[in-house]
Amino acid sequence: MKSFLAITVPALFSIALSHQAFALDGEPYIHDPSTVAFCEGKYYTFGTGGGGLISEDGWTWHSGAQRPGGGAAPDVLKIGDRYLMAYGATGGGLGGGHNGRILTMWNQTLDPKSPDFKFTEAVVVASSDGKEDCDAIDPSFLLDPTDGKLWLTYGTYFGFIRLVELDPKTGKHVEGNQPLNIAIDCEATDLIYRDGWYYLLGTHGTCCSGANSTYNIRVGRSRKVTGPYLDNLGNDMLKGGGKLVVSASDRHLGPGHFGRMVLGDDVEKFSCHYEADLDRSGRSVLDVRPLLWKDGWPVGGDNLKEGTYEIESVGTGYALELGVDFISMAGGMRGGFRGGGGGPVTPLPLPEISQVSSNWPNTDLGVRMIDYMLRPNQKWTITPVADAGGYLGSPYFKITVAGTDRALAATADGEVIAVAAFSNKPEQLWRVDQLTDGTYRIMPKVTPNSKEPLALVAVGYSTPTLAKFDPTSERGRWNFKTP
Amino acid sequence: MSILRKTLLPTLGALTLFAAQTFSAEPENPPHTLAPYFTPATSSPKSPDKDGFLQRWLLLEPIKKNLRSNAGFTDSWVRTTLTTEYFPNQFTVMPKDGEKVTVADDELTWHALDSSLFNVKLFRLAAGLNKQTYGVLFWAVTVVDSPRDMENVRLAVGSNSASMWWVNGQEAVDLFGDRRMVMDDVISKRLTLKKGRNVIRGAVINGPGMSDFCVRFIDEKGEPIKDLTTSF
Repeated sequence: MKSFLAITVPALFSIALSHQAFALDGEPYIHDPSTVAFCEGKYYTFGTGGGGLISEDGWTWHSGAQRPGGGAAPDVLKIGDRYLMAYGATGGGLGGGHNGRILTMWNQTLDPKSPDFKFTEAVVVASSDGKEDCDAIDPSFLLDPTDGKLWLTYGTYFGFIRLVELDPKTGKHVEGNQPLNIAIDCEATDLIYRDGWYYLLGTHGTCCSGANSTYNIRVGRSRKVTGPYLDNLGNDMLKGGGKLVVSASDRHLGPGHFGRMVLGDDVEKFSCHYEADLDRSGRSVLDVRPLLWKDGWPVGGDNLKEGTYEIESVGTGYALELGVDFISMAGGMRGGFRGGGGGPVTPLPLPEISQVSSNWPNTDLGVRMIDYMLRPNQKWTITPVADAGGYLGSPYFKITVAGTDRALAATADGEVIAVAAFSNKPEQLWRVDQLTDGTYRIMPKVTPNSKEPLALVAVGYSTPTLAKFDPTSERGRWNFKTP
Repeated sequence: MSILRKTLLPTLGALTLFAAQTFSAEPENPPHTLAPYFTPATSSPKSPDKDGFLQRWLLLEPIKKNLRSNAGFTDSWVRTTLTTEYFPNQFTVMPKDGEKVTVADDELTWHALDSSLFNVKLFRLAAGLNKQTYGVLFWAVTVVDSPRDMENVRLAVGSNSASMWWVNGQEAVDLFGDRRMVMDDVISKRLTLKKGRNVIRGAVINGPGMSDFCVRFIDEKGEPIKDLTTSF
């Protein structure tokens, strides 16, 4: 997390505020990124101009990915044991207007240091002549899981978004297939499939104007890959419709170029760029965020933000707390059953951490779950840990009792405790992924003596433990609620 | 990514990769034809399309504004720019097909046209007439004949980019900021279409972008009003 240490004083001040969001670490500078792809232990994304980014953990990104051909806005998809790359040559107003071409090419690997790294000769699979109502740029793949067909969408504001079928074995345009108009007034489309629906995501708004870019990601859906793609109001994307998925947030403006990643266990994420990250001089950066699904529609989720929360079990409704004596609130029932009398109405103070923590044993302590009662031992501070690495989209966090250094930790017997002081050991680092329903999965980076990843789950009603995450159960789902 | 969508000034570092290539703001070899986007309006009254969109318009050739970005389309800038008088009787005249006005040093012609689409593709009008396509201001006028007084109807407009619209001389709809065209983007307050002729005027401005608009009237339930006709 080197960039946390190198950022400016004003930025450091803003990080001290509660619920601060972070973009990715390293140098995630890119425009028009392809869907993030995984290859031989590393993550890759490719952007306009020919280069791209590589990450070993999905959190810290550096330049280094390579793509020949120049041009703009590539996409990449693994088919079998090969990677198919598409990109737009010219078009989009680049180098002479809207006479664009989409080309595809294969590679055995995305690792430029591999001896197998060699792209095949690029072939044209779609084009526009500069006059027609289409601009062949911004390609994106869908390998249809229902029938194995390979589809490519492309286009910009200059006319229609179009759909063509490619041969998944060759990456070439299927002979005789005619491009089909499926949307207008958007660009950087991406076609995805889920539960009987095809979803066409497109980027609306203005690109390439830095912090004035109004890019935002919207969606329509259809039962057929050929459309019509309607939004939640019933409007066709061929008439400009589109339901919002992601817009500007925090200090990030202009999200665009959606790409979906299905990671399993009810975790989905999406890659995008922001036209401007205000904490990075307004430069265009990559981000990876959770993808949620609500009522059959994709919704942009949020990586967990630094801050202090109640951690509530979805399954039991009880709150995680440090196992120590609680402090009774002063007095009993006020005002009687009729709510009257009892003197003037005044605010009552909550117990402060400083009132109670000095009485806690200076040893490792157990954690448990119980009714949330606003108590100091029920409030947890989530803090990203510098130089501890991360996972796709987020850094590892420490989870400490608010106002203390007592940190949640995994034990060698698969239980969870709070150690007396955080010491940066891997079992004290936590991965928090937002699930597709908006709740969170909480996993230690390492559980000593365990070969498989474990997650924080509720056993019974009031006991937390570590176990394999079961996406069909609510026992491993948690809410982070503002206390 | 479409550079010409909203800026003619490449500002990103990545774009310097293309610096050695020719950068053109205009389409190559414009077709110099209005087909298939427009046909000449006929003398027969024209009804809205199946979704109620008005397709018959008098369109003025574009007024050059030479904008290189839409980032400055604030409310006040758009209002000032679109309510500036560019030619005599701009807000009252009922032009005829072929009539000409002079704006600055340019002689501009009104064209009575039927759009073949639900939207009126002003970019294609300009390109088809071999006029400037980016950095332009368009004026549009039409008439709807209503068979009766229609109360509590609303004018529904989408435009690329900013625009202002008037019904019977009253300002009805404003689309400020850098807009993309989506049907029913901005809706007027309830208004009355009087029995007989009602005049709708619009002004659409765009820097880099594919200018167009779509206009229809909707009733209190949001359903399109289709028992209207247009004849000039």
